[in-house]
Amino acid sequence: MNLNLLFSLAAILVLGCVGYFVPNAGLQMFFGVILPYIAVLTFLCGVIWRVMKWAKSPVPFRIPTTCGQQQSLPWIKQNKIDNPSTTTGVIIRMFFEIFLFRSLFRNTKAEIKDGDKISYEWEIFLWVGALAFHYSFLTVLVRHLRFFFEDTLLKEKLFFVGIIETLDGFFQIGLPIVLISGFVLLAAVLFLLSRRVLNPQVKYISLAADYFPLLLIAGIAATGLWMRYIERVDVTAIKQITLGIVSFNWTSIDVMKSVSGTFYLHLFFICTLLIYFPFSKLMHAAGVFLSPTRNLANNSRMVRHINPWNPEVKVHSYESYENDFREKMIEAGLPVDKES
Amino acid sequence: MVDVVKPEEMIKIDPTPPSTNWMDVPPDFSPGKFPYPSQAKSLEAVGFPNAREWSPADEDWKLPENWQQIIHEGFKERLDKYRSLKVFMDSCVRCGACADKCHFFIGTGDPKNMPVLRAELLRSIYRNDFTTIGKMLGKFAGARKLTPAVIKEWFSYFYQCTECRRCSVFCPYGIDTAEITMMARELLHLLGLSIHWIMDPVSNCNRTGNHLGIQPQNFKEIIEFFCEDIEEITGVTLNPSFNRKGAEVLFITPSGDAFADPGTYSFMGYLMLFEHIGLDYTLSTYASEGGNFGLFTSSEMMKRLNAKMYREAERLGVKWILGGECGHMWRVINQYMGTMNGPANFLEAPVSPITGTKFENARDTKMVHIAEFTADLIKNNKLNLDPSRNDHLKVTYHDSCNPARGMGMLDEPRFVLENVCNNFHDMPESTIRENTFCCGSGSGLNTEEIMDLRLRGGLPRANAVKYVHEKHGVNMLSCVCAIDRAVLPPLMDYWVPGVDVCGLHELVGNALVMEGEIEREMDLRMEDLPGKEGDSDE
Ligand code: SF4
Ligand code: SF4
Repeated sequence: MNLNLLFSLAAILVLGCVGYFVPNAGLQMFFGVILPYIAVLTFLCGVIWRVMKWAKSPVPFRIPTTCGQQQSLPWIKQNKIDNPSTTTGVIIRMFFEIFLFRSLFRNTKAEIKDGDKISYEWEIFLWVGALAFHYSFLTVLVRHLRFFFEDTLLKEKLFFVGIIETLDGFFQIGLPIVLISGFVLLAAVLFLLSRRVLNPQVKYISLAADYFPLLLIAGIAATGLWMRYIERVDVTAIKQITLGIVSFNWTSIDVMKSVSGTFYLHLFFICTLLIYFPFSKLMHAAGVFLSPTRNLANNSRMVRHINPWNPEVKVHSYESYENDFREKMIEAGLPVDKES
Repeated sequence: MVDVVKPEEMIKIDPTPPSTNWMDVPPDFSPGKFPYPSQAKSLEAVGFPNAREWSPADEDWKLPENWQQIIHEGFKERLDKYRSLKVFMDSCVRCGACADKCHFFIGTGDPKNMPVLRAELLRSIYRNDFTTIGKMLGKFAGARKLTPAVIKEWFSYFYQCTECRRCSVFCPYGIDTAEITMMARELLHLLGLSIHWIMDPVSNCNRTGNHLGIQPQNFKEIIEFFCEDIEEITGVTLNPSFNRKGAEVLFITPSGDAFADPGTYSFMGYLMLFEHIGLDYTLSTYASEGGNFGLFTSSEMMKRLNAKMYREAERLGVKWILGGECGHMWRVINQYMGTMNGPANFLEAPVSPITGTKFENARDTKMVHIAEFTADLIKNNKLNLDPSRNDHLKVTYHDSCNPARGMGMLDEPRFVLENVCNNFHDMPESTIRENTFCCGSGSGLNTEEIMDLRLRGGLPRANAVKYVHEKHGVNMLSCVCAIDRAVLPPLMDYWVPGVDVCGLHELVGNALVMEGEIEREMDLRMEDLPGKEGDSDE
């Protein structure tokens, strides 16, 4: 029995019921306005608090994981990105890490073949899945800016939202135009989820805290797709609500009551995600910036790194050493500092 | 020692995890499954707390009364001191990318040897003690209470990690399980839980200056003995100096190479090289250890042992320090030494007196790796080399974990190899350079009683050697690490019989045409050089 998965599923179901049914009981104002504020605030404060907590601990040693040739003799070609010795190198390394998941790209699968040969095959799917997941999520987020800005502003200043949308709807299938990012997101989430369920090792290490966010995001994606393609919800009304939230000028309760329960479910899942984020592994998004094995240059032999708590230690001195062995040293003809 | 199964048996590895949740699977402390604990006196000698006689095989580990408090406070202190620990505790997403990157997982199939799960052993306590969600949701949030069983599990699995950092290369957040292992071992040491193979060298090194406890007069004798052998092989007389004030360079190398074959041949190689180029250097008996097993106990102990290098350099008044071939020694020198014990303002930025090359990359720490030094000599045509003397060898090269992933010294040794031998073949790409596989016995695990584990951990390395052995007839595995030289021979005998092990500078010594030498008939092992034996009779 995969208790962790069941626990997460149950949690999602309960949350789903709350998000779908409770707002209809006259609580639209709370779920449509107040909760989003709470969620955004919790998210922002939580993330800042967590990052500050990390930043408070010093980095006593410069410990980059070197993944290429060091800077050495001038005629030896350094790998300036995977083993950077300058800040520029570090920035490039971090760029590749954060935007292209460089380390994940290296992934291999170790297997024993023909009874006694270990092979390491390049395993690209996790990288593809992760990249698809994060970038489709980002695209969906950007597209959603449409809900938070006036149309004129979107046309004049935030035209990139329109561009993204056009690109996203590149295939121009059906009406409303199919935006692939939402489907990619759902597919990627399901792929990542299936790994956790099907790969015995990944399953063994998975916690409820690993299934839960995936299911939650799957829920967000599914409700979004449902609203757009199947239920065809009243977008104008929804935009009134969302614009009301960002401009602190909330729409009338009648409009709020007119939109479908799916919208409240969608919003509730999002709020849950925002609130959950700072207290969970989702903080890896910030952690990657602070990882000392990646964000430091391998130059501690060139420039001294300072440890703020560098301890005073007791060192067995040469003097005590000589005191211990003086006679033997003299007998062996080794030089000594004191003759007796 | 426990009997080890046959290779055909050992390689049948089943990586399927058990159906029981890992938190409920107890570690195995049957004979052969754990390294022996250290004796109380080794801990006391360096002032470590809670020294006592105990055994992992016992039910009762005689933990100090307030052990939970010690761990909790020790953990908190380290979270406050190390951003790495905090970020690594919080950021793992359990994607599993690191899982099959660990040689111990590949070789044992034990899920707790997946780096991610190894880290979870500690992380689960972190969640319970330091996070709200962990306190609230317990097991569902991956948290658990600290019990003696957890301590036992830590002892078992943090001594099944060689701190090789291979997992860190593949982790999308750079999570370095080696770093986590270091922290966990520090915590275990607070409870007086340590292993003899680490603590004995540490306390020896503290007093005698080296891991093996070689006293000054014996150290000198050993080196003089090498010189006699060199004279017999080459006809050249060497006069190395000891503890000599005013030398230009202090040379420090791991004591293992003074003690056991095949490391000894590399030591001979160094001595020959220095003689040949006329280097003004001295050896120290006080700082006669390059390695630093303190690294495997606590950062303070590492600092204490490492401090001797600079102290001795200052006392002798040398200009800079040259370091021999050793793996973890170079992790310490490259990433910790300057920070811990610098600035070494009494030294000068290293310049090769032979070529005039300034070692820019070592300008602050003032310590140069012998492979960097020799590569520079060769590049500047300062060495007269006859690589054909190594023609009976088909050589491959094992990147030691620390110089590879804690430094990035990859091409210097390869350049030297290509100049001192004619047959060099690298192993497959996914097993060398930053992807290199550990010997399976690093970080103080090179002890006999866990031979089964070491052979399993060394399997990925050995398997790659086997590949080049079968494909190119490779019969010599070269390396730049004293632990490697001690542990790779039994590994090769077990998995790839017919492959021998040597240090880089043994091959340099073989190829080096010294001034005034007689025609060589033997290599440094005093074995006949093929094609040269009996020449004089004809
Ligand atoms: S690769 Fe990194 S994030 Fe993924 S499971 Fe391993 S330690 Fe965690
Ligand atoms: S540091 Fe090496 S031995 Fe330790 S978990 Fe990572 S890969 Fe395994």
